[in-house]
Amino acid sequence: MPVTWPHLGNLEIVLKDLITAAGQPYILPPKNTARTLQLGLRHSPEFACLPLKITIGNFIEALEAGADTLIMAGGIGPCRFGYYAQVQRAILNDLGYDFEMIVLEPPAMGWKLFVDTLKRIAPGKSLWEIAKAIKLAFRKGRAIDAVEREVLKYRAYERKKGATTKAYRAALNVLDEALFEKDAIDEAKEEALGLVYGVEKDVDRPVLKMGIVGEFYLLLEPFVNFDVEEYLGHSGVSIERSVYVSDWISPGNNNIIGGISEEEIKRAAAPYLNHFVGGEGQATVGHTVIYAGHGFDGVMQLFPFTCMPDTIAKSILPRVGRDFDIPILSLVIDEQTGKAGLITRLEAFLDLLWSRRMQREKRLLSV
Amino acid sequence: MRKANTTGIHLGIDVGSVSTNLVALGEDEEVLASVYLRTQGQPIAAVQRGLIELEAQLEDVPLEVGSVGTTGSARYLSGVIVGADIVKNEITAHAVAASFVVPEVRTVLEIGGQDSKVILLKQGVVVDFAMNTVCAAGTGSFLDHQAARLGIPIEDFGSHALKSSSACQIAGRCSVFAESDMIHKQQMGYRVEDIIYGLCQALVRNYLNNLAKGKEIVAPVVFQGGVAANAGMKRSFEDALKTEVIVPKHYHVMGAIGAALLAKDSIGNGETKFKGFGASSIDYRTSSFNCKGCANNCEIVKIEVEGTVLARWGGRCGKWEVQEVEEEAAV
Repeated sequence: MPVTWPHLGNLEIVLKDLITAAGQPYILPPKNTARTLQLGLRHSPEFACLPLKITIGNFIEALEAGADTLIMAGGIGPCRFGYYAQVQRAILNDLGYDFEMIVLEPPAMGWKLFVDTLKRIAPGKSLWEIAKAIKLAFRKGRAIDAVEREVLKYRAYERKKGATTKAYRAALNVLDEALFEKDAIDEAKEEALGLVYGVEKDVDRPVLKMGIVGEFYLLLEPFVNFDVEEYLGHSGVSIERSVYVSDWISPGNNNIIGGISEEEIKRAAAPYLNHFVGGEGQATVGHTVIYAGHGFDGVMQLFPFTCMPDTIAKSILPRVGRDFDIPILSLVIDEQTGKAGLITRLEAFLDLLWSRRMQREKRLLSV
Repeated sequence: MRKANTTGIHLGIDVGSVSTNLVALGEDEEVLASVYLRTQGQPIAAVQRGLIELEAQLEDVPLEVGSVGTTGSARYLSGVIVGADIVKNEITAHAVAASFVVPEVRTVLEIGGQDSKVILLKQGVVVDFAMNTVCAAGTGSFLDHQAARLGIPIEDFGSHALKSSSACQIAGRCSVFAESDMIHKQQMGYRVEDIIYGLCQALVRNYLNNLAKGKEIVAPVVFQGGVAANAGMKRSFEDALKTEVIVPKHYHVMGAIGAALLAKDSIGNGETKFKGFGASSIDYRTSSFNCKGCANNCEIVKIEVEGTVLARWGGRCGKWEVQEVEEEAAV
């Protein structure tokens, strides 16, 4: 019974270990390509958001490759994502595939359901063994995210274009190959960080500081966001991102990679949006307020077309922008595959940020 | 400390989805010549035709070309063809041109063939902008299509709207539904000018509530792009915004003017990379192939002159990306 799951950034590195520890074989869906997207578009409801479509494509391609057990995240709250696993089950059933679907609902849906689901994924393993494996998986997940965070921050300073991306790939490889043990993971993390820090930098180069907020799937899966972070890094932008894979799976206040706790986010968002609206809506507003307070040059919001929570956030962000005098660019991503439109808007946004920066410096000099 | 290149003319080329515009600015940044062509899906041919026309218009001007800038969705391609000194996105180019014509401008409304933008400025600096993403309702192509359907030349579309005394209510949220609504109103017997004016109002409503949502529109307001030719749209904007809307004299080539100004600014005392008006007779070949490097099967586009690769792009990973490999290739 080979297990599979949809792509989400670097999630696979961790899940491979976890499923192996659960005593199960796995099959990764082929990498996201135009075909994945086409399959997803063909078999999904038109009004659903891009994440549903791509993950359907992943499942179909994985089933074709021989997987028969699908793991999908569930969720509660107003965002449709929580229901996608059920929609996918129905669609794939209609297509005639023979499979079992395991929906990983958050513990908030009830601990018993959560534990039962874990036992289905890892039959014959004790709860203690499962808990230990999950803990290790988080250790590795956070190590990966910590490396990614540095990459986003420092790519803009690299002397040789592409050196950071190369080091990042090597670093991920080190973490991927690390044994699923505490010490091995810690060692691999040091080695991986060393690779990224080792990239030669020009620290005197002027760079822009930008925060990226929005819907988690669009932020975490480079295929759907056109590797926008790499493009920005090469255009001289140092990035802070609101969400990382491990933070998304385990929200809370422990060892968060993004560095901003749930409480802080809610507090920051409160004057504009003081309750949960599903997905990342409230977090998008909260992070924007916090980034503005940190003196960032600008904030970019990314979300899929028809995403309700982030559409709510989008309508609030102009007010945040006015109150804190910070430029915000909201970009809606759909099934389009041409990168040119995105680049045009980003180029214009960077022009805007640079001219503001220059104006500010001129003002400081003239005083 | 702006040190302008005072000898020579400055060219701006804006290659958009629907039109290709070229301008030549003189030493005092006055418009010496301008060309407005349909791109017709062939950006290279359009640029080459444009260069021929521009050269003809400049016959009596004894100046050399001092710099050239390109903008628009085919800015990189046209930049390679002409040898651009600067390649700039159309949002920045439009903002630069608007604040050159109306220095105190605070809002630029720009509606072109396939896209629309709103740009907010303060003291000549862009402070915010938006550009339509997933919806092209209300852009020039749609107006073109409706004009053709009603049998009215697009040039007269606006003046028809001005004849209206009471506008029809047209659903403007989606161009497909706008069209059904218009047909429905026609079949009911409403006057064409009232329908056209109703359409203009619907498009303006859509623009302001969708694209410009949450943005504070402050006067002076400049309206540019091909659609600014439509007096009905201008009147609708003035009605909705309750302020005067300025349509600059060269409203249809503002992107090109912006590119020329940016080129002039960037060149300083340097040498231009302009390949000469002769670029119009060079046989540029474009071809494409699918990269087999990974499962993405990216389609890579290649631009060549006599066997020399000028540029290559289109991949996700950047492995094929080549630009300006050999400067002298086209000489």
